[in-house]
Amino acid sequence: MADEPKGCARVTGSVVGESPPAAPASPVPETRKETAVTARVGQKAPDFQAPAYFKGGFTNVKLSDYLGKWTLLCFYPGDFTFV
Amino acid sequence: MSAVADKYPQLQALGVEVLSVSVDSHFVHKMWNDNELTKMVDGGVPFHMVSDQAGNIGRAYGVYDETMGIEMRGRFIIDPDGVVQAMEVLTPPVGRMFAETVRQVQAFQLVRASKGAEATPAGWQPGQATLKPGPDLVGNVWKVWNPKMEK
Repeated sequence: MADEPKGCARVTGSVVGESPPAAPASPVPETRKETAVTARVGQKAPDFQAPAYFKGGFTNVKLSDYLGKWTLLCFYPGDFTFV
Repeated sequence: MSAVADKYPQLQALGVEVLSVSVDSHFVHKMWNDNELTKMVDGGVPFHMVSDQAGNIGRAYGVYDETMGIEMRGRFIIDPDGVVQAMEVLTPPVGRMFAETVRQVQAFQLVRASKGAEATPAGWQPGQATLKPGPDLVGNVWKVWNPKMEK
């Protein structure tokens, strides 16, 4: 048996007997090209829209709707993790 | 995440909106909020919990880990013009310090309000003296600030 997963990382499945994927599959899907910008300080924040949960309902969030306000954007590893 | 949710009123008082993002679906966000976070934060999470299942937003912000399929702890302060003013990215086992985020927001708000006439030295806390960059300050920072002032 393999060791039980420990710590905070979300464990993902992997195929047995194959070396870990060296790089994401190519060719890069069309949708990914649009988002291949990487945020940098002093530069415009990459805009996005995505589904969200907010106070009992589902919403569609668009970052550029927050122009005119200070915004704190917080990524985290996953729901139901420990930190 | 619950730390930010709990202290959200402090951010609201500064006019700051919050968006949290993870690779979980918005359905899972609902379950996490309803079943756990509501037990830690009165009224549950007060901001939109964004779902980024394909990791596209995380890639755009440089926080998506392709091997694990998760997003690192990344915190971005975005100003009213949509410009990223600060970022902090940590691997999963270490949490952020909320007070430092608030301090940075206050510093950036001060700098913006001064239209760049003021800057905040290392360790600056609200209420402390700022620096006024200009010809008179060159070579004279030592007169108004020194490292021992950082608490």
